[in-house]
Formats: sequence, structure tokens, C-alpha cells
Amino acid sequence: MKLDFEHIQSAHCESGVTSSLLRKSSLNKITEPLAFGIGAGLFFVYVPIIKINNGPAIAFRTFPGLIFKRTCNALGIPVVRKKFRSKEQAENYLKQQLDEGNPVGCQVGVYYLSYFPREYRFHFNAHNLIVYGKEDDNYLISDPVMENPTTLTSYELERVRFSKGALAPRGQIYYPKFNGTITDEQIKKAIKAGIKRNVNQMLRIPGRFAGVRGIRYTGEKIKKWRDKLGLQKAGLYLAQLVRMQEEIGTGGGGFRYIYAAFLQEAHVYLQQDELLEISKLFTQAGDLWRTAAVQAAGIYKGRIGSQEDFNLMGDYLIEISVLEKEAFLALKNIKWH
Amino acid sequence: MKKENVPQDMSSLGKITKEVCYATDSSGKYVTELSSGWDVKITALDAAWADIEERKAKAKQQVLNGEASPLLFFMEYRLMDISILSDYTGFWKWQIKRHLKPEVFKDLSDKKLQKYAEAFNVKVDDLKTMTVHEA
Repeated sequence: MKLDFEHIQSAHCESGVTSSLLRKSSLNKITEPLAFGIGAGLFFVYVPIIKINNGPAIAFRTFPGLIFKRTCNALGIPVVRKKFRSKEQAENYLKQQLDEGNPVGCQVGVYYLSYFPREYRFHFNAHNLIVYGKEDDNYLISDPVMENPTTLTSYELERVRFSKGALAPRGQIYYPKFNGTITDEQIKKAIKAGIKRNVNQMLRIPGRFAGVRGIRYTGEKIKKWRDKLGLQKAGLYLAQLVRMQEEIGTGGGGFRYIYAAFLQEAHVYLQQDELLEISKLFTQAGDLWRTAAVQAAGIYKGRIGSQEDFNLMGDYLIEISVLEKEAFLALKNIKWH
Repeated sequence: MKKENVPQDMSSLGKITKEVCYATDSSGKYVTELSSGWDVKITALDAAWADIEERKAKAKQQVLNGEASPLLFFMEYRLMDISILSDYTGFWKWQIKRHLKPEVFKDLSDKKLQKYAEAFNVKVDDLKTMTVHEA
């Protein structure tokens, strides 16, 4: 059985799944950047006490699951989300949804995801894909980061749905429960709500580790990494920062380019010219993140590595922090028509 | 980033699928462009794997020296820390710490060894002898 579903490649898995699952009811209007922006996807956090793969825990996007939830909430669309204890129940529920004609989103781990290249398989449990049918023992999979649709056997799908470790998906399935049509009015309202939420998330979140303050904090920390960790480990830490910033799913520049694209699309709906100017600031931020990545690469490749090189790396982040603060303040100060 | 500056350095992912990047066209409007990879992140990933290889080699030597049980090697091999291994096997973390001692490991029941073998996706015999068949 194969549901009527069109695979669309996107940059990021969760905003891609969200956009695809809302495709029909929005008549293709909820694009990936709109889903990312309405879901207030842009973020920064560095959690110094946690280690991931022996390196720093850094994220450039909001907590997994929130983009889908917030986008649907902002559009006033009810969401069904289920977790399972039993693998059997998890598969039965999936089959039942497919029988009823619902393509569904699944949270999975990538360590045993067979179609991913081995180099990309870490114990990362917050990947998202869509199941849109089953033929014999093969589930039909639309993984948004892949160019083409693919398949997983029932065993392979079970294994990734029940991967273990941090953020274990526990068979998690989700889909929007909505048969109507999303109107432009709903989209306009949702865009404003998404921007407001993202402003709060980056400017008003308490503590030093998150939001624009978190970027500055990380920049200051980086300057101390060389002495504290030694050159080799400090290089590995920077490599991890770059992977979180640039690897599959980010669209480049730590999601800053997707956000800049979102603001341009928001302008089409809301006609506020400030949005176009602020979009440029996020493009600049993305470019600066990439300049910083080039500097980091110089260090982990061993081409450079003096304290001045680490200072420059840290200063890039501090500069980005100032720039993103300016951009989010400008968003906050928009007087909506 | 401008569309024409989207990097096209061939990566291990690029051989399987290209990735979507957001970039601006000549009028400044955002469009999507496919990228086959970027040298900066290819080397970041290489650095991470070189570190894993180093940790594996170190763990192997510790096992050969009788300082740790083969579990240590397979944990590095499967990129697992004690907490992930605990989730996969159902053992408590303190139990795993005990099983990391060679003298405790050699007396483990087949049932317990089987749980570890499943978590690491290897055979019990290979677990004991630290043998891996995949590249």
C-alpha cells in the first residue's frame, strides 16, 4: 500500500517533515522556511556540564519536537503524538494510521539508520522521517534530508524507532489531525506568533548559556579552551561546534540562512519592509558563522593553533552575538500594521 | 551566502545524497541550492572519526594489558558510553562498571554476555575475543 504522498527534499529533518505533513492542507503554502520560522526554530545553547560524543553539547536550533508542535499550534491545527512501551503496539499503530490514509512523522535514531553513510551514524536520536506506505516487508520512507524516497524493512524501522540513549524516541509517531484548508489569515497570524516566540527565545531566556548571551558565553569559553583542554582536544571541541553548525539539516550557517529565507517569505504575507532588512542581518550572521567555521577548521586541521587564533575564533562568536541581538531587537520592535 | 558560493566538495554523504542549502540569487532572494559537501565540515567529521579510532586503539591495548574487559573496546567501537549501554542492555550503570573489570567479565553468564552481544550487534564469541568483522 502506498499513500498519495510526494517526497520533497528539505534542509532540516523536522521542519521538512512539518512542511510535508502540512502540504495538502496548506495547498503547498507551508514551505520549509515558514515551518522553521513559525515553529521558532532558531536558537543557540551551549550546556557546559553535558558531553555529547566526548565533546561539547551545542545546539543551533530549538529542542527536538518543538518545531512541529509550535507550527501546528500557531496555525490552530490539532496534533496527535504517541509514544509506546511495546514495539508491537508501535508497529500496529503505524499500520493502522497508514490504513486510514495518514502519512505519519516518526522520530528515530540515526545510529542504525541503514541508508545513512556510516560516517554520519552517531547515537543521535532526534532525526525525523515520514512513513507513507508499506510494500511487502518494506516501509516506504520519505526522509526529508535525502534527495529521493527510500525504504526500511520492518526490522530496520523498529530498530531506529526504538533506539536508546538521550532523547530516545520510544517509537514516537506524530501527525496533524486536520482535514480543512489553512487560510492566509491563519498563516499571517502564525508568522507573527512565531517571530515573537523566537525573539523571546533568543533575547529573554534566562541564564548565560542560551540565546544571544549563550553565543557570547561560548566565544569567551573558546578563548580558554587551548589552555584548559590542550590543543588537540580543543580542536576536537571546535570540530564538534562546526558539525552542529553545518551538518546535514542546517541549510548552512547554523540555520541562520533558513531563518533569513523565512523572513523574506514572511514579507510576502505581511508586507512589512523591515522584514527584508532584518533578513539581511541574518544572512550576515550566517556568513559570519561560516567565517568562524573556516577559522575553526584551520585549528582542527593543525594549520594554525596559537592563542591568538583561539582569540580570533572567540571574537567571531562575540561579534555574531552582537549582530543577532541587533537583529532580534529589530524584530521585537516591528510595529505590525 | 550567494548561490554560486554554495560549496561543492565531495563528501561521504555527497556520494549518497546532496544536501539542500539556502542561498541568495542575484536579486538577493533566497532559493535552495544542492551542495555535495563542504571541505570545512568534511574535515570536522574526519577529526571526530580520527579521535574515535584513537580511543578504540587505546581501549584495545587496555584490554590486551588485562586492565579492562572487552566491553571497553566494544563501547568505543559502537560509540557508546555507560549510560547508552545501560539503556540498551537493561543493566544498571554500576553493574556495567563491574563488568568492565576483566576478572568479573570472565565469569559472566552466557545470558548476560548475550545481552551485551545484542547491544553491540556482534556474536558472543567475537565479544570475548574482541573480534570485529565490519570495516
